[in-house]
Amino acid sequence: MPEAILSIQNLEKSFGALRATQSVSVDLVPGEIHVLIGPNGAGKSTLIAQIAGTLLPDSGEIWLDGKNITRLSVAERARRGLGRSFQVSSLAEDLSVKRNVMIAVQALQGSSFRFWTPVHSDPSLVGPALEALTRMGLDARADTPVAELSHGERRQVEVACALALKPIALLLDEPMAGLGPEGTAKLTLLLEKLKHDVPILLIEHDMDAVFRLADRISVLVAGEVVAHGDSDAIRNNPQVREAYLGDDRCSA
Amino acid sequence: MTSLDSTQQSRAKSRPLPAFTREQWVSLILLAGLALAASVAHFAGEPYFVDLASRIAIIALAGVGLNLALGFGGLVSFGHAAFFGLGGYTVSVGAFHAFNMTPILGIDFLPAGSDQMVPLWITAMSVCGVVAWLIGRISLGTSGVYFIMITLAFAQMIYYFAVSWPAYGGEDGLPIYIRNQFYGLDTTNSLVFFGLSFALLLLALGFCQRIMAARFGAALTMARLNPVRLATAGVEPRPIKQVAFVISGMITGLAGALYADLNGFVGPSMLSWHQSGEIMVIVILGGVGRLCGPLAGAILIVLMETFLGGLTEHWQFFLGLIILMVVLFAPGGVMGLLAGRARHA
Repeated sequence: MPEAILSIQNLEKSFGALRATQSVSVDLVPGEIHVLIGPNGAGKSTLIAQIAGTLLPDSGEIWLDGKNITRLSVAERARRGLGRSFQVSSLAEDLSVKRNVMIAVQALQGSSFRFWTPVHSDPSLVGPALEALTRMGLDARADTPVAELSHGERRQVEVACALALKPIALLLDEPMAGLGPEGTAKLTLLLEKLKHDVPILLIEHDMDAVFRLADRISVLVAGEVVAHGDSDAIRNNPQVREAYLGDDRCSA
Repeated sequence: MTSLDSTQQSRAKSRPLPAFTREQWVSLILLAGLALAASVAHFAGEPYFVDLASRIAIIALAGVGLNLALGFGGLVSFGHAAFFGLGGYTVSVGAFHAFNMTPILGIDFLPAGSDQMVPLWITAMSVCGVVAWLIGRISLGTSGVYFIMITLAFAQMIYYFAVSWPAYGGEDGLPIYIRNQFYGLDTTNSLVFFGLSFALLLLALGFCQRIMAARFGAALTMARLNPVRLATAGVEPRPIKQVAFVISGMITGLAGALYADLNGFVGPSMLSWHQSGEIMVIVILGGVGRLCGPLAGAILIVLMETFLGGLTEHWQFFLGLIILMVVLFAPGGVMGLLAGRARHA
């Protein structure tokens, strides 16, 4: 098995008596999509927050590309190549799509303490931003304010922002949430291509997309990884079917 | 949409003279109007109105400083009088020691003060920069109402410090007997002093426009609109805000330095929270986050103060009404009314 790009080791997080994360170990190897699934309240968001750096774990370690990033800030993690998208889109609504992506390019190039050269005509910023947008099929919308985008387009801009960082690992939190079947199909296709460049840790509820995309699946229940394996193994795991899939299939 | 895109691209390539936006036209008219009014008043032999124009330029400059923090950075500082007053006191104290030929602060190895504007301005801005850095360092860990309160608290501390320090006049303030010098110019001439104030206002406006268009401005804008996005993109929001706050304090401090020379006097009232409020009102009336908003606000306030104040003592009641109208019906301020909604490229 190849060396893991992102490795989460024995992560623990408690809120009072609630053990939201119980010795979770997950890793991400090059070229794969590793999907995290779990019912509501399983602790997915808490886990994501710890990986992304908004929440400090009680114990355990997070390694990115052979370096311990457990205690680094969100921005520092991003600079080291951890791209993420949010469950609820987090973009600057008033700014154009291009501007939202450009800020990531700017960070990638180094210091933001540059006071003189205007950004709007700086090809070293605009170029890579448009490239990331083109990759998501959004180049035609580059100058549109985010506020005027559809829900699905916003999700794609989120991914484009993450891509503009030239990440070495991607953390996508329910990118399909709220997308219609068409949008989901489109994004599924994109992620399938994308994984060969950047391995993706994906949190997703859409089971068809999960089984289609996943190279490996980890099932999180009550803060614990209860099952781990490829799509077939998870689909046929009686424990998982009982705890999770059975209900979800009915409601979906 | 596509035709618009292609025209923008070709414009970027061939670079003809950039077309002015409506906001730029309005700004240009306001600036030209102010300069014209001052010149006309001067040649009509009305130095009082020239000084009024200087006052507008200086208060606008203080607003430009606050606008960088409040408008562009979303940092609602209710303590900018600290910088305004410190700028003023720096100049006053410098002039006081130059006049008495005593060392600054009574410390022997420090030089005697100066009656030259340029070193006084630089000192005032440095003092304000250091103080802004300290205040920012502590207050930027908070946000919202706590940020407002902490900045207010710091300004009040400095205010009470000035009130209780008898060496520099305490409650009575400190006069500047002879207006400070700017190289060979006759600074006592109202129009010359207006010219200096106006030139510094133009410089500050140009500087703000430039940095807001640059990477720093892009990061600051994102820090205001969505700090989470900024951090996710790999830029720490806090140092960006810190630097913006420092520059903001320095510009407002420079305005305070000019204001002291304009009035020939500096008192603790320049440090008071009323003063913070006035600078804030100028920014909000003029249009938060609009480059020349503070100028529009300063023109409105000073004109109202002068002409309405001439008619009735209760002019502040009408000022209150106008602020209410602006907040309710024209959230973009005067600039929003004149030039339409703010546009982001």
